[in-house]
Amino acid sequence: MTIHKIVALIHGTILSGKPGEEDVVEYCFASDLMSDVLTVCRCDFMLITGLANLQSIRTAEMSDLKYILLVRGKTPSQEMIDLAEESGMVLIVSPYSMFKASGILYQAGMKGVF
Amino acid sequence: MDLSFQIQGGDFTSAGTASSQVRRALKELGVDAGVIKRVVVALYEAEVNIVAHAYKGNITARIDPERVFLKLVDEGPGIADIEKAMTPGFSTASQAVREMGFGAGMGLPNICRNADVFNIHSVPGKGTTVEITIQII
Repeated sequence: MTIHKIVALIHGTILSGKPGEEDVVEYCFASDLMSDVLTVCRCDFMLITGLANLQSIRTAEMSDLKYILLVRGKTPSQEMIDLAEESGMVLIVSPYSMFKASGILYQAGMKGVF
Repeated sequence: MDLSFQIQGGDFTSAGTASSQVRRALKELGVDAGVIKRVVVALYEAEVNIVAHAYKGNITARIDPERVFLKLVDEGPGIADIEKAMTPGFSTASQAVREMGFGAGMGLPNICRNADVFNIHSVPGKGTTVEITIQII
């Protein structure tokens, strides 16, 4: 699924990165617990989280992830946006809850990592 | 290549910067992406542990062609029962640590899972030393 389709489905806004049609993601992992994110061996998934602090960006960096979806209408700090930009990540925000955003994306064909 | 970092307890804004710099160095050296992920996940968990639990600490990373050796030495309360601390789900983390997305008792098990060799030594009231070795080839 393209990032642009994801953004349209969850009424998202892109705050860092400039994804194109080649930016496609097939898997998602949703968690507010960063240690759980760090247990996932693969790195081809989008992180869905409500954790709006620098550690969510750092965790994505250590996990070698490119796409982060911040849910529950959380507003990231400028520091977060800058770090995501520096790390070459696409940071998206959505007003939807984690459950609703995940449900919409699952229904549209996104898969869980396990 | 040897890298060294000073870590301040409680400084959540900077937590992860050492791991980030080690990641960058490994990428520049052309190390396999899977190995880099194992190194930085283990190091990041250990770095967050210093920030979360200790007063201050020091991280050294030795990168050889065959392996990465990480040593984290902190001054802090130490760990009274290491076996208990290694149990997935056991945690003594504060609310502030939990708000950062950590402190669910997965840190040490995560480090152990990613390391080829993992040693931990702690003196209650003094501090903890963690050594992690990950083979590159």
